[in-house]
Amino acid sequence: MQLLQELITYVGDQWPRLLGLTVQHVKLALVAVLYGVAVGVPVGYLISRFRRLAEPVLWVTNAIQTIPALALIGFAMLIFGLSPATGIFCLFLYSLMPIIRQTYTAITSIDPAVIEAAAGMGMTRWQIFRIVQLPLALAVTMVGIRMAVVMSIGTAAIMSLAGAGGLGSEIFAGIDRVQDKMILAGALPAALLAILADAGMSALERRLTPRGLRQA
Amino acid sequence: MITWEKLGELTLQHLTLSLSAVLLATLVAVPGGILLSRNRRAADPIIAVVGMFQTLPAIALLAFMIPLMGIGSRPALAALFLYALLPILSNTYKGLVSVDPAAKEAARGMGMTAFQMLLFVELPLAFRVIMSGIRTSTVLIIGWATLGAYVGAGGLGEPIISGFAMVSPRLILAGGVPVTLMALLADFLLGYLERKVTPRGLQV
Repeated sequence: MQLLQELITYVGDQWPRLLGLTVQHVKLALVAVLYGVAVGVPVGYLISRFRRLAEPVLWVTNAIQTIPALALIGFAMLIFGLSPATGIFCLFLYSLMPIIRQTYTAITSIDPAVIEAAAGMGMTRWQIFRIVQLPLALAVTMVGIRMAVVMSIGTAAIMSLAGAGGLGSEIFAGIDRVQDKMILAGALPAALLAILADAGMSALERRLTPRGLRQA
Repeated sequence: MITWEKLGELTLQHLTLSLSAVLLATLVAVPGGILLSRNRRAADPIIAVVGMFQTLPAIALLAFMIPLMGIGSRPALAALFLYALLPILSNTYKGLVSVDPAAKEAARGMGMTAFQMLLFVELPLAFRVIMSGIRTSTVLIIGWATLGAYVGAGGLGEPIISGFAMVSPRLILAGGVPVTLMALLADFLLGYLERKVTPRGLQV
């Protein structure tokens, strides 16, 4: 329990710096997912319209997902050098798979009968999109965004290696100097952030689910 | 800068570490999933707790092991094992729960015992889903095992890390390319196996 005391003293001393790293960490993850949404949602929508593109696009995003993070950082570093851009680029690539796949699933899984009913009620194409398709697809798309956010926060913990900062820099500094308190001061908030992000995004997901589709 | 011999050694080390973690996780998670499918009320909370390990950043999980177990391949194995559990556990559970009740009833009608039913009906029908969990875990673990190099467990992360430190693209590629190939290959092979083990009646 000596470690716990050391940790408390250390965090007491260092909290402004640790807070800064935490903010940097969250920013890094969220900016990457934002890019992921900006690219992934349109791509997911496109491949739901042009189904022939779906398989190759999903295959590529899956393959990207398979690349080990440390290797991807290495490859990206050869292009962007040691900079936050490298970190954001890697996290962006990883966030594409869940977002594209879920957007695609969201749109393709809407019951055609519902759209027919809407058309039968005299809705225009735009109205169908806004009033029927969008709300129905939103919840499923949100699942993908949640996965991307949680993954991004988790993986951001090693992006300090790419020079992107974040809580990883504390963890790796602790490993280098064999300082357990530093390792924990970085790892505990990183873990907590991931758990919080998961809970927060789940709550948002539920709110965005149309009432008629909510389960219990 | 790095010999082929050394690279071969690191590759073997990487493979051993990853496969041991997945094997251990399978040995725990498959029986665990079977138990959960028999006690469905316990399933949700237990899967949620195991899921929390999965939410933790891999490097954090690995880092937590250092104060507990020191450095070397043991802490890496422990962290990777925990990380590999969830996909296998939840897929085993999902696979078993989604077996068509009619098939189970038919088996019971044929006079099968509960154990026979599990062995000859439920597990074969759930096998594909279970295998897909094992595939997810394997690919994930091969990737995160690169971080093992930070705790002295060796593996293909080692040249990547030295590459970062010495700003050497050659070293980064020497570790990064084989580990990426290993992950892609594992994904492909296990995907193939997944289709192969599907009972003929279920193949589309």
